[in-house]
Amino acid sequence: MYQYNPIDQTLVDERVAQFRRQTEQFLKGEISEDQFRALRLRNGLYIQTHAPMLRIAVPYGLLSSQQLRKIAHIGRTYDRDYCHLTTRQNIQFNWPKLEQVPDILAELATVQMHAIQTSGNCMRNTTSDHLAGVAVDEIEDPRPYCEIIRQWTTLHPEFDYLPRKFKIAVSGALHDRAATQFHDIGVHLVKNAAGETGFKILVGGGLGRTPIIGQVIKPYLERQHLLSYLEAILRIYNLFGRRDNKYKARIKILVKETGLAEFSRQVEEEWLLIRDTMLLSDERINAIKGHFQAPAYQADAAEDNSFNQHLQNDPAFATWYKHNTAAHKVAGYRAVFVSLKAPDVPPGDMTGQQVDAVADMADQYSFGEIRSTHRQNLIFADVKQADLYPLWQQLTALALATPNIGTVTDIICCPGLDFCSLANAGSIGITKEINEALDDMDYIHDLGDIKINISGCMNGCAHQSVGHIGILGVDKKGAEWYQLTLGGSSENEAAIGERLGPAVAKDEVTNAITTILDVYVKQRMDDESFLDMVKRVGIDPFKEQVYANH
Amino acid sequence: MQIIKDNQLCDNAWQFIADDADLPAGDISVSFNKWQQAEAQLLNHEGKLGVRIGSADAVASIASDLDKIALVELDFPDFADGRLFSSAWLLRSRYGYQGEIRAIGHFMPDQVFYLSRVGVNAFAPAKADYLPMILANLADFTVQYQASVN
Repeated sequence: MYQYNPIDQTLVDERVAQFRRQTEQFLKGEISEDQFRALRLRNGLYIQTHAPMLRIAVPYGLLSSQQLRKIAHIGRTYDRDYCHLTTRQNIQFNWPKLEQVPDILAELATVQMHAIQTSGNCMRNTTSDHLAGVAVDEIEDPRPYCEIIRQWTTLHPEFDYLPRKFKIAVSGALHDRAATQFHDIGVHLVKNAAGETGFKILVGGGLGRTPIIGQVIKPYLERQHLLSYLEAILRIYNLFGRRDNKYKARIKILVKETGLAEFSRQVEEEWLLIRDTMLLSDERINAIKGHFQAPAYQADAAEDNSFNQHLQNDPAFATWYKHNTAAHKVAGYRAVFVSLKAPDVPPGDMTGQQVDAVADMADQYSFGEIRSTHRQNLIFADVKQADLYPLWQQLTALALATPNIGTVTDIICCPGLDFCSLANAGSIGITKEINEALDDMDYIHDLGDIKINISGCMNGCAHQSVGHIGILGVDKKGAEWYQLTLGGSSENEAAIGERLGPAVAKDEVTNAITTILDVYVKQRMDDESFLDMVKRVGIDPFKEQVYANH
Repeated sequence: MQIIKDNQLCDNAWQFIADDADLPAGDISVSFNKWQQAEAQLLNHEGKLGVRIGSADAVASIASDLDKIALVELDFPDFADGRLFSSAWLLRSRYGYQGEIRAIGHFMPDQVFYLSRVGVNAFAPAKADYLPMILANLADFTVQYQASVN
């Protein structure tokens, strides 16, 4: 993974010193509340319902075991001994003390981490495919380009006070696992006819209140122009994005109101003026690629026999293997999901003990690295098959092996009313209820690939509008109600879910979900997936049953 | 009030003249509208000329006049309005402006490092208390990932 050079280290150290000074000036009354808010947000610090919340950047989801141990240490020392993984591959602490945040940031800087631009109206953490570098369908590893974008976005002097937040996602594979069509800018690695790697650029996608699927603005961009093209888009957005209404300030609205053709023309005109001054050299690209070399895979990993014996002898292991591991481009290796979706735990939460143990397992089984996924799980990307069984045993002992990845209980869930000051309704409680209702693993596995996403308000942090089943908490005269949508997807065939009908009361949500699942089980054809069935039959059969008693 | 210019505290020699006021002697700055409407009259003025730009003003429309303009004031309505960061960048990089670019109004002392990197070389903050903070904050970082125009 990328290792800081002295410039990178100096930058994060100076950022810590800057924020320490800003915090002191705020506490002495020299900086106003309003000003400090903008400054703390750009260091990941929110003021929430109960306490501040600190969001730490995990660039494109990649972490070392050393960094994980630091996270565990911070949780123990400054928080309540747990942390939370977000849908943008970042890590959050829910209970830090404001005056201790500079110390936390200083601790992070010692392991090449920071919280820069994890919030605020600026360019956020660049996200990517959690299987980057190991996926079987990969065109090229996207991480070197993510790192190049990370550096360019970090403390960019011109674009730190944008109309609204700005998110970039990069995918290097045929299958989009990074929801790139729902980002302000989506970058796809593609090859041209000559076999050279370049980029397809999408713009104007987004979730939240107005979900919009991104559109292709540049079908093929030569790789040396990546940063100049991004800069051209950002400059047009910074100058012309709406600032009169925060709900219309994202670039998706600018693109929609300007029209893609005219917006593209403006970007192209700007880009032609700067592209020759911002060339990315092959030398630079290759230097960054050098940080992402494949680890020393064992050539005979596939020859191990113990793995197949365990598969045959231990059905629980076989079930876990089927659901919680993914194919790897190297024979004899698998990518292993760490499920943070145990039935009785808020999705994405981990205790300090679990974090430390995962760090140890990463060292023992996966070259000391771990990734976070946008569905709030973790992945050991490089586990050889002989190690799968002992790794599974260790994960099981830590309640991190629930075999539910990609199933109906692998729920994306925001902190909701329990923690978040924006929320209208609870989401963690709904997740818990759904888990209690769906306690039969065989039934869950029979349902197959169903993605439920639950957000506690319109801001849609848990991406409910692209859930196969989306659940959105709304406030109705002071009570918590929930709108249901069906048929959303953030993958290749991107779609925004269709509203099922009127919102349902809190105590009816779980019933509605189990009813939807029953309709699917009764009416699916052969091995038709839930999403395929919704596409085939529409929402009416579901609607009839869910609202049958109303 | 004093200002910061080129990393130093100094006196302000300029005065801003409202659109409907007579032009006094000395170095004066006028609104973007006034400049566009009365450029010929202004060019007869004895003393240097400046233009005050707002967030929504397109700097491209004064690009061909920049050799006659000794000061561009970027008037921040609110620190969250980042358009003037791009305006400064355009003035320095695209249009090769060599004169003084001064941030005025409601920018934050904590924005001056970024402002300096996009080409702003003078700061006239809303409060005199901010002057020492600005001088200190200009040195917040010794490293950077992007090219600077300062």
